[in-house]
Amino acid sequence: MKGMRSLDFDAAIVGGGGAGLRAALQLTQSGYKTAVISKVFPTRSHTVSAQGGITCAIGSDDPNDDWRWHMYDTVKGSDYIGDQDAIEYMCSEGPQTVFELEHMGLPFSRTETGRIYQRAFGGQSKDYGKGGQAVRTCAAADRTGHALLHTLYQANLKNNTVFLNEWYGTDLVKNQDGVVVGLIVICIETGETVFVNSRATVFATGGAGRIFASTTNALINTGDGLGMALRAGYPVQDIEMWQFHPTGIYGAGTLVTEGSRGEGGYLINKDGERFMERYAPNAKDLAGRDVVARSMVLEILEGRGCGEHGDHVLLKLDHLGEAVLNSKLPGILELSRTFAHVDPVTDPIPVVPTCHYMMGGIPTNINGQAINQNRDGEDEIVEGFFAVGETACVSVHGANRLGGNSLLDLVVFGRATGKYIQQELRQGVERRRATESDIEQAMTRLTRLNESGSGENVAALRSELQNVMQNHFGVFRKGEFMQEGIEKLDALRGRIAKVQLEDKSQIFNTARIEALELENLFEVAEATAIAAEARTESRGAHARDDYRERDDENWLCHSMYFPEDKRVGKRAVNFSPKTLETFEPQIRTY
Amino acid sequence: MLVSIYRYNPQTDDKPVMRDIEVEIPGGKDLMILDVLELAKRKDSSIAYRRSCREGVCGSDGMNMNGRNGLACITPLSDTVKPGQKLVLRPLPGLPVIRDLVVDMSIFYKQYEKVKPYLINDEPPPTIERLQSPEDRAQLDGLYECILCACCSTNCPSFWWNPDKFIGPAGLLQAYRFLADSRDTATAERLAGLNDPFSVFRCRGVMSCAAVCPKGLNPTRAIGHIRAMLIRQGT
Repeated sequence: MKGMRSLDFDAAIVGGGGAGLRAALQLTQSGYKTAVISKVFPTRSHTVSAQGGITCAIGSDDPNDDWRWHMYDTVKGSDYIGDQDAIEYMCSEGPQTVFELEHMGLPFSRTETGRIYQRAFGGQSKDYGKGGQAVRTCAAADRTGHALLHTLYQANLKNNTVFLNEWYGTDLVKNQDGVVVGLIVICIETGETVFVNSRATVFATGGAGRIFASTTNALINTGDGLGMALRAGYPVQDIEMWQFHPTGIYGAGTLVTEGSRGEGGYLINKDGERFMERYAPNAKDLAGRDVVARSMVLEILEGRGCGEHGDHVLLKLDHLGEAVLNSKLPGILELSRTFAHVDPVTDPIPVVPTCHYMMGGIPTNINGQAINQNRDGEDEIVEGFFAVGETACVSVHGANRLGGNSLLDLVVFGRATGKYIQQELRQGVERRRATESDIEQAMTRLTRLNESGSGENVAALRSELQNVMQNHFGVFRKGEFMQEGIEKLDALRGRIAKVQLEDKSQIFNTARIEALELENLFEVAEATAIAAEARTESRGAHARDDYRERDDENWLCHSMYFPEDKRVGKRAVNFSPKTLETFEPQIRTY
Repeated sequence: MLVSIYRYNPQTDDKPVMRDIEVEIPGGKDLMILDVLELAKRKDSSIAYRRSCREGVCGSDGMNMNGRNGLACITPLSDTVKPGQKLVLRPLPGLPVIRDLVVDMSIFYKQYEKVKPYLINDEPPPTIERLQSPEDRAQLDGLYECILCACCSTNCPSFWWNPDKFIGPAGLLQAYRFLADSRDTATAERLAGLNDPFSVFRCRGVMSCAAVCPKGLNPTRAIGHIRAMLIRQGT
């Protein structure tokens, strides 16, 4: 493009949350010219909202704790479609990664002996499920994400990472060889459009919870990385797998940490009954999140919900006492008082399952390298392109993520990806520079938006999209409703493509950003819908009324959604950890 | 309800103006100010403001609401205006305006960076975590929770006068967060960096920072601790 500036980096990391900052730190420390491109100032990224903690067998609460037990729990939690080599890597590298965070200054809560405080979370066990509830989630009060994100930002400041804050990536740039060589970014403050030329492009763009009407996710979680990857023709994996967190505050959607149940809180229905005892006799309120969320919806559907409309249940915390609540769950007290007008010291919090986390994403290996499939269905590395964190699917969460595993995923794979890129850069990678026409190709969408005439309003279309997803692809799913949902989405595509940008000014134009985000939301929603309809079984977070059982014969595998022909294929799950025996699929009960 | 918003787009406007927009509040609900802004933006998409988490932990939407700094996402209408009154939204005071409610926070971040807001400990770390007693850890409560929203520093008259030389309440809160950390070994170096007439001592103790902190933190108290450390060191 004539007159367009380009910026050259060894590595461009898109996203300034936990994964992006951990990857950036690794690369900056090794001396490579690294930029973090973030649409918000990094500490405003959604990692900041993580509450309960980071799960890891550091042996503080129980000196005999074992990362293999954590691995067992994670494989079981994933309903057996998490990749066992990746889970093994995460759980075994975890302790070192957490200790590094502490050495950087993360203000973890402490035990009497001065070690990191750990609390119980859902789906945790000792001795491969035979030793009872484990206490494995490392916490900084109930503000662990905030503490972690600020610590990583500070560590990057200390190491002089280059930050392009409030810059927004619009589309990937590929060269003539089909290799990713960077992306187009807009500087939000000035409106200038720039080509970022990089030897490694890392997406750490987070989740897309905003495809649903009711979500715990920040307003910025619009699936920008997935939108860019899908438009560039790359597949996404297990994108039908969306976690509904049991305890979103009724009406507001803000999160109440699972740690509140880990500290001893529990759910009750309108009769005051602790109903999880019926659904999960052993783990009760600390069963897997998918299990608890479904149980809550069943209570509501069967008429035991609370409130005027019987459409939520209650989370009881008052029996823990004011002192424990003040020291362990201060953030929850604040959020409940602000958003539910309830003081948990005396009254239970109204809660309802709320969209929380995207287990699927851009398929990658342990090095963060993005994976595509060739015509014979074999894995193929996408050169120059990496993904890490929630936007990636490496896959450690499979069909259901365990609480406390997302922060661990961010830092373990952020670090691993940084290390791998460092090695690749050291060996020397040379790629053909993008030509004018390569860049023009990537600019198509932005150019079209900037020249848009009359069309519909961004906010209205976004609401419509979110309602379709909420109504047709929620906690319980059914074939015919999903087909209806897919048709509604199909009708939305054309309307979204013609969305109107009334304000075409340059300086800090958030209307332009929201229009671009809407297209990303749509790409993720459509992929979710089509993959969900295709997976004819119930597994983890994907629960179908018309296929109630898990179908290992046909679906003990990843789904792969290919955007060019909107096809859903399959990809094998890894069952070969390096240092221990395979965990064979079992019936999953808590 | 009538919402009056500070509007300025440097590309098209000679000077800023306060412009009114009528926003329908569904069912007369007690919305958060951010929700009101989102409704206003549905009518006029050109209104610019920052927002992210919408639950008071990311610090994006600091602004001045009917004369008081705070986070729009956790400030309810009922705390801001009386029935029938106009809601008046302005950018945080004292910082250059980029557009509408979006301020240029460069100088605020620069002051934060000046205090070396990261742990310094040059001793080789142990193979596990560094130990810290719960009592030592408790010293960090009320400090580490800062979200860098700038509500405090932009409410501070000393920061308005000397934003380039006085570190301001947010930066000093973080300076003390590391001075107070039992794991940090750079106390002398940190104090030396603060020991001049401006960095700390321009604080006049008027506590306008603590009055508006949306997280209930008290930078004035932290500054008092730093003063005491500097004075003790000098004697």
